[in-house]
Amino acid sequence: MADENQNDVKEEVPEIATFDRTKKKKKKKVVISESTNNSVDKLAEKTENLAVSDGPETAFSGLKKKKKKTVESSILKEENGETREDLDERTGENEEGEGIVLGASYPWEGSDRDYHYEELLGRVFNILREKNPELAGDRRRTVMRPPQVLREGTKKTVFVNFMDLCKTMHRQPDHVMAFLLAELGTSGSLDGQQRLVVKGRFAPKNFEGILRRYVNEYVICIGCKSPDTILSKENRLFFLRCEKCGSGRSVAPIKAGFVARVGRRNAGS
Amino acid sequence: MSELETQVPSTFDPFADANAEDSGAGTKEYVHVRVQQRNGRKSLTTVQGLKKEYSYNKILKDLKKEFCCNGTVVQDPELGQVIQLQGDQRKNVSSFLVQAGIVKKENIKLHGF
Ligand SMILES: [Zn+2]
Repeated sequence: MADENQNDVKEEVPEIATFDRTKKKKKKKVVISESTNNSVDKLAEKTENLAVSDGPETAFSGLKKKKKKTVESSILKEENGETREDLDERTGENEEGEGIVLGASYPWEGSDRDYHYEELLGRVFNILREKNPELAGDRRRTVMRPPQVLREGTKKTVFVNFMDLCKTMHRQPDHVMAFLLAELGTSGSLDGQQRLVVKGRFAPKNFEGILRRYVNEYVICIGCKSPDTILSKENRLFFLRCEKCGSGRSVAPIKAGFVARVGRRNAGS
Repeated sequence: MSELETQVPSTFDPFADANAEDSGAGTKEYVHVRVQQRNGRKSLTTVQGLKKEYSYNKILKDLKKEFCCNGTVVQDPELGQVIQLQGDQRKNVSSFLVQAGIVKKENIKLHGF
């Protein structure tokens, strides 16, 4: 029985690999912090640029700022499209992909044609990346590992790396647990090894889906998509404050809502 | 340069309005659609938060007929009446409620896994 479960888990892992951003593979489609909302993203970009403009080469900054504003979103797109195609060729050097050109000759060298916009843009970013990686707009991606799930008996599910995930999200286990249990519509608790044991049978992707919603609702900053946020309780309301851009918003308290009585009747009261 | 750094973030808070508007989060009246596991592969769907003006029993009757499942209206001491249906009917229920014009789509909150 136990063996079977093991297999089960293993089998399901590849499916979830998208959830994991450490492996620099075919992800990027389903990443958690990926924005669907472009306009918000642009706003965020702007604020980022506010901070960017005080970089070292101040003489440049006016020029640079403008460029980046209009362009950053398109570069993101480009990146996405591109990486999907030629992933295989350069899985190893992924992050640096566009940076290879650096130091080497530029495509316009040796000819007196006009520079292409894209090329110049690439150049700026390469320089930025080299000198000030944190300003280059390569978002540090937060890595969420896929939930590992075991079955305990036939009726309980153990969420093994629950604590781990709480830590990566910087959230109190209690809060995450309350949300998980409310969404799963079940009860559960932490066991001796700090694993979350819940009643009922759930697949890893069940947890994943819920965690994803949790992250969207209680972790990610709406303004800049940064996961560097702090959740605090201020007079009965939960507030999410972003460490990156300083924006804040209130978030809904976790409510289990209606929970139907299941199981044997007349068992309890 | 360090001067700039300290000035920029503090002088302009682009999210000042957003904060004010957003503070009502969670007060919106949602209709919550949830699932719960029962024994085995059985589950059950609950619909909480429909407007009180509606006749729960009539809605229930239509739901039952539409999805060929049984169901009931439960009286909860705090949350009022709640519709309960057999099986995972979340998708069915939400599309039904929207189509029947009982709830707007953005006011439905689907819970569960
Ligand atoms: Zn932010």
